[in-house]
Parts: sequence; structure tokens; C-alpha cells
Amino acid sequence: MPSLQHIRRKITSVKSTQKITKAMKMVAAAKLKRAQDRILSARPYAQKMAAVLKSLARGVNRDLHPLLRRRAGRKIELLVITADRGLCGAFNANILRRAQEFIRERREAGFEVGISVVGRKARDFFRRRETAARQTWVQIFDRLNYAHGAEIGRDIIGRYTDGTFDELYLLYNEFKSVMQQRITIEKLLPIEPPEAGETATGGCLYEPDELTVLSRLLPNYIEIQVFRALLESAAGELGSRMTAMDAATRNAGEMIRKMTLVYNKTRQAVITKELMDIVGGAEAMRGS
Amino acid sequence: MAGTIQLDIVTPERLLVSEAVDEVIAPGSEGEFGVLPGHCRFLTTLRIGELRYRQGEQWKRLSVSWGFAEVEPRRITVLADIAERAEEIDLPRAEAAAKTAELQIAAASKHEEMEAARAQLEKALLRLKVGKRR
Repeated sequence: MPSLQHIRRKITSVKSTQKITKAMKMVAAAKLKRAQDRILSARPYAQKMAAVLKSLARGVNRDLHPLLRRRAGRKIELLVITADRGLCGAFNANILRRAQEFIRERREAGFEVGISVVGRKARDFFRRRETAARQTWVQIFDRLNYAHGAEIGRDIIGRYTDGTFDELYLLYNEFKSVMQQRITIEKLLPIEPPEAGETATGGCLYEPDELTVLSRLLPNYIEIQVFRALLESAAGELGSRMTAMDAATRNAGEMIRKMTLVYNKTRQAVITKELMDIVGGAEAMRGS
Repeated sequence: MAGTIQLDIVTPERLLVSEAVDEVIAPGSEGEFGVLPGHCRFLTTLRIGELRYRQGEQWKRLSVSWGFAEVEPRRITVLADIAERAEEIDLPRAEAAAKTAELQIAAASKHEEMEAARAQLEKALLRLKVGKRR
């Protein structure tokens, strides 16, 4: 049977761990609110952008602009977005597993697959694998703003235009709710204009001209898509961490409860034993 | 034509304006243009400049930097990379930015550096101009 002191020490240790997990949960919850608000405020721009693109892409020849043109090449790039930190449940592991699946599938289908990563977890993961990341961005989630989306967007557009790859996919955790993240793979390049639903009104004027407007709009579209994915991932990470830390706090509570029970039982046993000793001693004295 | 236009100004970070207005004057890349209700559809890129809109007799001003405007008869949507209301502009910061940009122009050796600094200067000067008129 473990000694009383031993159990006491263990309880204290679990209690301090619980304090930490609890604090992490609170911090994640507080940050999550802000992250959610940011997604909401970025949404109008993304939606309007998609709407404008939709009305513009109607009747536009896809070969007109390099970002719209489909290419026959077999080189694929996967942009993987994970978190910088761990301790957020299966958040990173899920993404990385999906990334490997994707890479394997495409390689078997005869494609050449390269990767770029956002987030320290993905960087470290692929550093230990044979596939070296072409480009990495780390530690951007603490001060995430549109400039990051723009920077990544410019980089991938540059690489796409110079022929480093022919298709680009984006892999990230979409924020569905606090408890749920959905792993999402989206094809980013070449741009697939959203399906035009309503009928064309026509007679639209372009200033300066169609091509100029397109070449300004398409890069922006990529940037906002990347930025949105970053925001989604950031919120998803916080949600996932909150859930994970909540579970950890509850588990710690359960452990403390069980150990306290053992502690009290042991304490009682010790007292009983001492009593028995005393009684036994007294009996022996009287007997003599 | 009577009535109002729905004006939406959005940036990647937020929805800045969503109001019914009577008239909008925006800095198009080919020159400033005015929009009244019933304008024909058109799509244009914007340059760095001042965007004004009128509600009744009152004019409001914003600084916008790059982006697009999509005009429809009853709606105008401005997608700006950066946009700020005149009231929000931090004048001392804009002034400091203008000074830095001027120094950069003086020190620039390469053409691209020069261009980048010029764009910065233009942006800062615009913010000063719009901010002072509040």
C-alpha cells in the first residue's frame, strides 16, 4: 500500500495540473470570442468578393487570365495550415494525417506533390519526413492580420505563375462550432469561379477594362481565401483547445476524487492499526 | 431618379459602412466618379483617394486605398484593401508616416523602393487630407 505522504504528494501534483488546464481553458475561451468575431467581420468581404467574381466570370473566357487557365501539368502543391502550439486535442494530428493521406493518394495517381506549411506543428512534422516543405510560415497566429493572408497569397501566386506547380490545394480546419472543426481541402488555383446561378443582367461596364479588373481582382480573391482559412484555423484551434482543456480539467477532478478516497481509506487503516497496537499493548500489560 | 442607393464598404477586416445614401463620389482608377440612384452597372478598380457619400445634406468622408467598386442601379459595393472613416484617422500617426515616406524616397536607390515609398507617402498624405476635413 502506498504511504500516506506519497498519496498526498500525488494529489497536490494533480491539483496544480488541474489549475493549469483550467487556466488554459479560460484563456482559450476568452480568445475564442474574439477569433469568432473576426471571422464574422471578414465574412462580408469574402462574400462580396465571391459575388463580384461570379458576375465578372460570367462569359469571361477562362484562358484570358493565367490564374483562371487550367493547365495540363502534373505538379500539385498542398498548403497545410496547423496551429503553432499543441495541447489542443487532435486538432493538429487530424490535419497532418489528412495531409499524408492526400499526398500518398496523389502520388499513387502519378502526380508530383509539394507542400507549403503554416504553423509550427506542421513545420516540425514535415521536417521529420522525407517531403521537405517548400515554404513555411510560423508564429503568425498571435498577431494574425490581413497582411499575412496577402503575403502568403502573393507567394503562392508567384509560384503558380512561374510554374512551380499547376494546382494548389488548401488544407485547414474549418471552424464549425466550438466543439467541432471540419477538415477541409479546397482547390485554390487555378481559380474555379463560383457557379453563376442567376441570369446575367449584361451591359456591365468595366473600368479600365475587363482584363485589368480581373488581374486586380483575382489575386485579391486568393488573398482573402487564404486569410479566411487562417482565421478559421485560428478559431478552430482555440475551440479545440478549450474542449481539450475542459476534458482534462474534468479528468483531473475525477483523479483527485479517487485518490482522496484511497487517501482516506489508508488513513483510516493506519489509525485502526495504531489503535490495535495500543489495545494489544494494554492487554499484554494487564495479562502479566 | 428618386430614391436611395445601398452603399456597402467592406475591407478584409470588417464591414465598415452599410447605409442607404443619396449620392456617392468615389476615386476610380480612371478618375473620380459620382454615383446617383439608377446608375448603370459597372465595375471599376479604385486608386488611393477620398470617398464621399451624402445622406440628405450631410457629406461623410472616408479614405480608401485600392480595391474595387461594383455599381448597380440600387447598390454600390466597395471592396477596399484599406478604408478608414475621417473621424478615425490618427493625424499624428499619418504625419509621422508621411515624414518617414519622404525620407525613404530621398534615400531610395532602387526603382521598386522608390515606388513603394511613393505609395506610402500618397497614402499618408491622403489620410492627412481626409482627416483634417472632418
